[in-house]
Amino acid sequence: MRSAAMTAADTHRAILAVWRIEQPRLITRLARMLRDVPLAEDLTQEALLAALERWPATGVPEKPGAWLMATAKHRALDHLRRGRMLERKHEMIARDMDEEQQAMPDLDSALDDDIGDELLRLIFTACHPRLSHEARAALALRMICGLTTEEIARAFLLPEATIAQRIVRAKRTLSESGLAYETPRGEELSERLSSVLEVVYLIFNEGYTAARGQDWLRPQLCNEALRMGRVLTSIAPLEPETHGLLALMELNGSRTAARTDAAGEPILILDQNRALWDQIQIRRGMHSLGRAHELGGAGGIYALQAAIIACHAQASTASDTDWSRIAGLYADLSAVAPSPIIDLNRAVAVGMAEGPDAALAIVDRLVHEPALKGYHLLPSVRGDLLHKLGRYEEARTAFEAAAALAGNTREHNLLRRRAAEAADAAMSS
Amino acid sequence: MRFMFIVTSAHAGPPPPALLEAMHKLADREIKAGRMLDNGGLMPLATGAQVRIKGGQLSVVDGPFVEAKEVIGGYAVFELQGKEEALASATEFMRLHKELFPGWEGTCELRAFAPGGP
Repeated sequence: MRSAAMTAADTHRAILAVWRIEQPRLITRLARMLRDVPLAEDLTQEALLAALERWPATGVPEKPGAWLMATAKHRALDHLRRGRMLERKHEMIARDMDEEQQAMPDLDSALDDDIGDELLRLIFTACHPRLSHEARAALALRMICGLTTEEIARAFLLPEATIAQRIVRAKRTLSESGLAYETPRGEELSERLSSVLEVVYLIFNEGYTAARGQDWLRPQLCNEALRMGRVLTSIAPLEPETHGLLALMELNGSRTAARTDAAGEPILILDQNRALWDQIQIRRGMHSLGRAHELGGAGGIYALQAAIIACHAQASTASDTDWSRIAGLYADLSAVAPSPIIDLNRAVAVGMAEGPDAALAIVDRLVHEPALKGYHLLPSVRGDLLHKLGRYEEARTAFEAAAALAGNTREHNLLRRRAAEAADAAMSS
Repeated sequence: MRFMFIVTSAHAGPPPPALLEAMHKLADREIKAGRMLDNGGLMPLATGAQVRIKGGQLSVVDGPFVEAKEVIGGYAVFELQGKEEALASATEFMRLHKELFPGWEGTCELRAFAPGGP
């Protein structure tokens, strides 16, 4: 009984895997036929359901892609007949389908299918600025990455019904606003691209902050975002920020294995074992960063952040880190996207490059910044600089303030310890 | 999960042009889909060499190797969701060989990378 159940689950996973490979071609082809992305998504899902129903009995067909495509097309035809679509549109589609039926896709023509433009349309539709960030993320994972609702829900630690509802609503919004099938061009493309990149980065960070999640699907979000980033660079190769974002994600992703110790506690970048950094990803990240620069995008917010991580990636030991370059990049970043947190980071880099005096001057200017009120890293950085300057009593006060603000126990304890060290140093000096 | 696919065969000689073309298209699609990170074909073993340790002794042996039956012809590195996706992908790759290289026999071995780097 138990082994039968496991076999069924295995078959289910195997079918999902095949479907996931074929899904982009299915949904893009249907979207082109129907001139409607949300509808194409529905019918693609129906083809998956049909496969899940049939294949456990029949086995995976010799040409699963062709089977899924034929099934999805039948559903599309049924839908059109049922819906009594406009005659002209119907005829046009019927003609398209006849042509496609005649040249029934064999393996070769399936590979010949260039879906680039249609995929771009799909990504722009899924990440439409009219939709909330959460809806965009769910739609992108479903339509671009072929994740199921259940997988998306597990990845975001939310009930499946919540994600399902989010997807249904988002698709309805798109259909009702007449955004079911359109592609931005020219100027608008660059503007709209930022709303796509934003969502891809959001998905990446959702996975990155959960690097040791209980469920493998959370860290998997990083890979899905990387995948989307790679897709974007191949179908929109002339957009520098696309390469900048991919570089940032590849370079950050390269440290995954080194970021936590055996107990799952985070390890700071300077203390990480650099032998665990993934050289394939570093190489890919550097390559993408190079592309962003060649395309004139060195000053983009993603490219600048990637360049900062690249300074770490290229240093073979922590002491080899080029801190003045990092400080300069933070200054550039702060000019493009002003933020007191970026300034605080710049202060740390300046401290490493020029010494604690110069850094303290920057930090002291941030003390009254409202956005940093309650942010424990401000007094923590300040305490560290004061300690280095031998101003132990002030360092102790700063560390105590930081400890009081720290959200998690581990950080709280670390800061208490540093306050005690500063107090000892004050006594003996 | 990262996987390496290793293709081995006793068959010497280059694949037919149709298969080469189909494999290029497949590789192109997989790269664009963000799944394939790296791939390459290897020159015949006869042009290679082996550095061996036997009985505590290091030795260098130049090809060809008469005892070698199955030879690695190429490899690819993928970032995939899991073993099922790797199997689906390798099956698609081998199906191309079945269709476009009649008589060819060989193996595509898929191996997950050990977690946490080398």
